[in-house]
Amino acid sequence: MNDTGIYKAKGFQLFWRTAWARAYPRIVGTFRERSWLFFETLLPVLGTAAYVFVYRAINAPPDYTGFVVVGGAMIAFWLNILWNMASQLYWDKDMGNLELYIISPGPVMAILMGMAIGGLVMSGTRALIILTVSTFLFGVTYQTGSLPLLGAVFLVTMAALYGMGMMFASLFLVSGREAWHISNLLQEPVYLVSGFYFPVKAIGFWGAAAASLIPLTLGLDAIRQLLFTGDPTLGFLPVGMELGILAVLAVIFINGARLALARLEEIGRREGRLIERRR
Amino acid sequence: MKTVGRIMDLPLVRQSDGLRTFITASWLGWQIESNWADPLLFAIYSIARPLAGVMILVVMYSVVTGGAGPEPVFAYIYLGNALYILVGQVITGVSWAVISDREHYRTLRQLYTTPMNGYFYLMGRGVSKLIIAGISVLIVVGIGKIFFHLPLNFAAINWPLFFASTALGIISLAALGLILGSMTMMMARHFWSLGDAVAGGLYLFSGAIFPLDVLPAALRPIGFIFPVTYWLEAARRALLGPQAALFPTFARFSNASLVGILIVFGLVLIVFSSFFYRWSLHRAKEKGLIDMETAY
Repeated sequence: MNDTGIYKAKGFQLFWRTAWARAYPRIVGTFRERSWLFFETLLPVLGTAAYVFVYRAINAPPDYTGFVVVGGAMIAFWLNILWNMASQLYWDKDMGNLELYIISPGPVMAILMGMAIGGLVMSGTRALIILTVSTFLFGVTYQTGSLPLLGAVFLVTMAALYGMGMMFASLFLVSGREAWHISNLLQEPVYLVSGFYFPVKAIGFWGAAAASLIPLTLGLDAIRQLLFTGDPTLGFLPVGMELGILAVLAVIFINGARLALARLEEIGRREGRLIERRR
Repeated sequence: MKTVGRIMDLPLVRQSDGLRTFITASWLGWQIESNWADPLLFAIYSIARPLAGVMILVVMYSVVTGGAGPEPVFAYIYLGNALYILVGQVITGVSWAVISDREHYRTLRQLYTTPMNGYFYLMGRGVSKLIIAGISVLIVVGIGKIFFHLPLNFAAINWPLFFASTALGIISLAALGLILGSMTMMMARHFWSLGDAVAGGLYLFSGAIFPLDVLPAALRPIGFIFPVTYWLEAARRALLGPQAALFPTFARFSNASLVGILIVFGLVLIVFSSFFYRWSLHRAKEKGLIDMETAY
């Protein structure tokens, strides 16, 4: 509390309050305005269903339906990374919010963290609905392994994934229209290399190894191994090793986000591009 | 721009508001789509998504069958997905023109103060997407022929059936795109997803990547109410000839009946989209939605 009677947060408290302030509209918006349910869950279910029927048309074993359903649910997170993390600061710049973030005392890194927390809740809700509806519709049965390990894999995957999203947000900040096009470009090619609709080992060792830079590749592979234990040949790498690599990726991406943000903010300020609006 | 200027000077074009608007909008659409990157990057961008989309199906197929081959069902899936590139691009292209003009460039109000024909303007904005999608289809089919041994024999292709069905299919798609674009003018939320939602629905129900027979019996009739279903069937038959996989749902349709159905769909959709566009425009103006910037 200062002389004016206004409470002023500092240090970690300022960081946390800023992050929460940015996460708040995403979390509250998810539950307050429910019209998204129609578009943002029906649409992925339709896409998922199409791939399920392809497997049925070629008489694939029933587990493949489960692979598609789990991959289809995880798409919610990837789309959230592309459109609500990576592109977000670019949108904010376009709408005039970014300048408000910059002149406020809250750290921009905390804003990125808030975007990630809010986005995780938002897309987690969507993914859960898609998974539940698709599981029910297509009669998927799971033979689960260790549930605590499954929980750990999911959390570490999300940490790495949203760390990547935070880093992309910083990089996209200096982009113009390219940001939109890059996000658009990173959909189907990533669904392909990360094995959203089939076990990633199908694209070969080196292909899967290169795709492992995208945290969802290993995360999805480990989750499938833990949900469909009936097929021991399914996985690309052992779950423990995938969990370790994901933890390393999480550290790299979150630190990368911090460094990229500082560097690009400096470049943006110097070149006067931080809050310019180009259409 | 010189070429566009020459076309605009043609007597027929000079006399028609609609044609002038259409050509100008086509040129504008092409500039918007392509001028953000150098040609090589733009070409990679244009082909990467559709190619990845079809490769997902190739890998799915090869994982289950042990290697993508020239079996009729593989050709059915591959060609269906390749041709479907046109569906997604044309349908979403027109509705995105409304979104980008209204929300991103914020020029919709200026556009509607000019003497242009709005219906032809939106049609024209879809042309660039059609061109890009057409090139993508050719490349994806070419890759299928070279690398996956699709049973395409250029001498045996029924070209009249292919061109007639594709032209009619594109007319229906453009009209569907216009209907979605008109709906977008009246929407404040979720307009981003409208084109994708319809394209996603058609992907599932039109038998694009699997035969309709695979759908549960109760859902199969949905496929018959969309022109895309008939176009994909006709185009596949034209391209594959006797190699085309025939499934019971379409066995009773002759090639001529498929073309006939597409003509009816085309006419009905063009007339309906024209009325619907006028009604939507009026309603958007009446409700003050025409120049809305939602930042949604």
